[in-house]
Amino acid sequence: MKDADRLAGRPPLVLLVPALAGLAFLVLPLAGLLVRAPWSTLGTRLMQDQVLDALRLSLVTATLATVLCLLFGVPLAWMLARVPFRGVRLVRALVTVPLVLPPVVGGVALLLVLGRRGLVGGWLDEAFGITFPFTTAGVVLAETFVAMPFLVISVEGALRAADLRYEEAAATLGAGRWTIFHRVTLPLVAPGVAAGAVLCWARALGEFGATITFAGNFPGRTQTMPLAVYLALETDPQAAIVLSLVLLAVAVIVLAALRDRWMTTS
Amino acid sequence: MRTWIAIAAAALLVTGAAGCGEAGDGASGSGGGDGGGTLTVFAAASLTEAFTSLGATFEGTRPGVRVRFNFGASSTLAQQITQGAPADVFASASPATMKTVTDAGDAAGRPQVFTRNRLVIAVPKDNPGRVAAVGDLSRPGLKVVLCAAQVPCGAAAAKALGAAKVEVEPVSREKDVKAVLTKVGLGEADAGLVYRTDVKAAGDRVTGIEFPQAAQAINDYPIVAVARAPQGALAKEFIQLVLGPQGRTVLGRAGFEAP
Repeated sequence: MKDADRLAGRPPLVLLVPALAGLAFLVLPLAGLLVRAPWSTLGTRLMQDQVLDALRLSLVTATLATVLCLLFGVPLAWMLARVPFRGVRLVRALVTVPLVLPPVVGGVALLLVLGRRGLVGGWLDEAFGITFPFTTAGVVLAETFVAMPFLVISVEGALRAADLRYEEAAATLGAGRWTIFHRVTLPLVAPGVAAGAVLCWARALGEFGATITFAGNFPGRTQTMPLAVYLALETDPQAAIVLSLVLLAVAVIVLAALRDRWMTTS
Repeated sequence: MRTWIAIAAAALLVTGAAGCGEAGDGASGSGGGDGGGTLTVFAAASLTEAFTSLGATFEGTRPGVRVRFNFGASSTLAQQITQGAPADVFASASPATMKTVTDAGDAAGRPQVFTRNRLVIAVPKDNPGRVAAVGDLSRPGLKVVLCAAQVPCGAAAAKALGAAKVEVEPVSREKDVKAVLTKVGLGEADAGLVYRTDVKAAGDRVTGIEFPQAAQAINDYPIVAVARAPQGALAKEFIQLVLGPQGRTVLGRAGFEAP
């Protein structure tokens, strides 16, 4: 009882001050946007087809990219955390490459591999007639590339922190590795997977550099919200603010809704 | 003024830091001022090669003087200058962006047109789309990339294509001319409209095809000394160099035309 009281006491200033400063630093730019937004023309600006197209495309591609990240990223994180092999440190470092690489360079790298004349893309084009640049699929690939590390790092962290004894118990009871993975491990790290997916989705939603470099910019097909914002900035800064606000509002609403759901179930 | 701060925040929030590197660099730099002084020149990205060479010439004839460049999209540079970035000289790729600086009262004197640039059709070295003339750009299935209408090269492209009466359905509207060049250079696009100087700078990755209607959309490049420039005297001398015979030679070598 006494310990709990002590923990509930006033937070120390040495933590409180930087915490509030950090919060202000993150929130003030948003406040700046809100103050400067052209509220009177907001409605008409939002109803433009191009804005709705860009918003729809952003939501669809970010969600698809998150699905791809989950399909490939969770197994990759599991491998890094549970399968001992030589060079695991190197592989872990390689996974973070898209985090460090400037996204525009990432886009060029994708072109070199998956472009019409790329190492793999050239073959795909010849054999199946599939090309990714200038297509919505290309947007999804670019977003997946930059977002996947967030998922892998987050899930791997959760896997390392998880108590191995549950998995060991399942193994002694005769469960195979796949059964252990999806019946024991995955439920155990579900919050980590959820957090990773959120990061992944948010990163994909805001993706700009790799997308415009790899997939180009065409309304309705590859022009996501960040691309629309960038181009609006060239001629119509007010429109750029509106577009940014819409993207932020949608992201906050979606994430808040999901968070509530996950918080109550986990 | 505050609007622009809000927008900068918006850009950072939503688009990440991509492409903002140079901008930040230029905005945070200070004017220098020790010894012979440091001249800070804000110039359109297409001037990179020519101005770097002219900067070396300028430094060579003035011991102790250093020239520092901030190359970028003219519109970005104009925003930085109107926000008070410590520039001495501004060389823009379009009169319209120059106007935003003069309108804000940030120019010392009247801008002078020092060079001109025209559009050409850029195709990959092996020309997979077998493009020979501007009329080919409307062929179905041909992958053409253009600049977005919001940036100067996009406006120029629309004008030139309009003059040629060619309707083009591009696969992408790029954010700047260098992005068009990247797509063509890597062979992702069969053709794109870029400036003649870009083809020169790209070396042998791309081939340029001239077309007569480009004359309808020639780009003037104005230059001006910035008001309250930390190095006002040096700024005037640098502009003289650019406008003079040496400047003309270097710009001509890069593919620019005399005004």
